[in-house]
Amino acid sequence: MNGSQIIFYLISAFILGTAVLAVTTSKIFRSAIWLLFSLVGVAALYFWMQVEFVAAVQIIVYVGGVVVLIIFSIFLTQQSGSEMPKPSLKRLLFAVLAVLFGFAFTYNIIAQYGFTPAVVKPFTVPVTAIGEQMLDTKQYGFVLPFEVVSMLLLAAMIGCIVIAMRWAPKGKPVQKPPYPGMNGKSANIPAISKETMEEKIP
Amino acid sequence: MSSIPLTHILFVSTALFFIGMYGLFTRRNLITMLMSIELILNSVNINFVAFNKYLYPDKLNGVFFSLFIITIAAAEAAVAIAIIINLYRSHRSIDVEETQEMKY
Repeated sequence: MNGSQIIFYLISAFILGTAVLAVTTSKIFRSAIWLLFSLVGVAALYFWMQVEFVAAVQIIVYVGGVVVLIIFSIFLTQQSGSEMPKPSLKRLLFAVLAVLFGFAFTYNIIAQYGFTPAVVKPFTVPVTAIGEQMLDTKQYGFVLPFEVVSMLLLAAMIGCIVIAMRWAPKGKPVQKPPYPGMNGKSANIPAISKETMEEKIP
Repeated sequence: MSSIPLTHILFVSTALFFIGMYGLFTRRNLITMLMSIELILNSVNINFVAFNKYLYPDKLNGVFFSLFIITIAAAEAAVAIAIIINLYRSHRSIDVEETQEMKY
C-alpha cells in the first residue's frame, strides 16, 4: 500500500464520517458545519483524482456559496443552539433498513459488473481544454448547455428575489413578525399569532 | 494512483448517496433535508468524475457534467432557501409535518 492509496482511504473515511455526522447530529448548526467538512473532503477527493478545476469549483461554489447560504438561512429561521427532535424509533429503524438494503443492492451490482478500465493513460485535465470545449460551437462543444445554464441561473436569481421578497400590504408599513425567536415548534405558538398572520396576509 | 480500483471510488460515492438518503428519510426539517440533497448531488458528481477518469481518460464529458450539476445544485439551493424563508414567514415553522396546506 503506497502513499496515494493511504491518502485515498483517509479522504474516503473523512468524507463518509463527516457525512454520517451531518445527517445524525441533533443540532442543526453543527450539522451544517459537518456538511461543510464533508464537502471539503469531496473537493480533496477531486484533487486526488487530479481534476483540479472541478475541485476549485467545488470549493468556491459549495463551501463558499451553498454552505454559507444554508448557515444564513439557519440563522434566519432557527435558534442555532436548539436541539432538533429525534425521529421516532420506527422511522429510524425503517430508514436504516431501507438504506442498508439499497446500499447492498447497488454495491452488489457495482461489484459484479466488472469495469474494464481503459488503457492506462494519464488523465490530465488542462483548464484550457475545459474552456475551449465549453465554448466550442462545433460538435462535442458545450456552448448550448452553457448558455442554457446561464439563463437558468438568471431565472433562479430573479425567482429567489421574487419569492423571498416581503410583500407589504398596500398602505401599511411592513411590521415585524411576532415572536422573532420562535424555534419551529408550532405547539408553543399561541393562537393569537396565527390570527395576526391571517390578518397580515390577505 | 491507478492502483485504486474503480469500485472503491464507487463504494465511496454509493455510501455517500445512501447517507444522504438516510438523512432525507429521518430528518423532518427542511434545511437539513436540503443538506441531504446536497450530499446526494455530491455523490453523483464523484461518480461522473471517476467514470471519466477511469473509463474514458481521453474525453472530458464527465467533468462537464459535474460542472453543470454543481451549477444547477447552487441554483436549486438558492431557490429552496428562498422558499424555506418564505414558508417560515407564513407558517413560523420549517418542519415538513406542519406545512401541510399548500395555500398561503
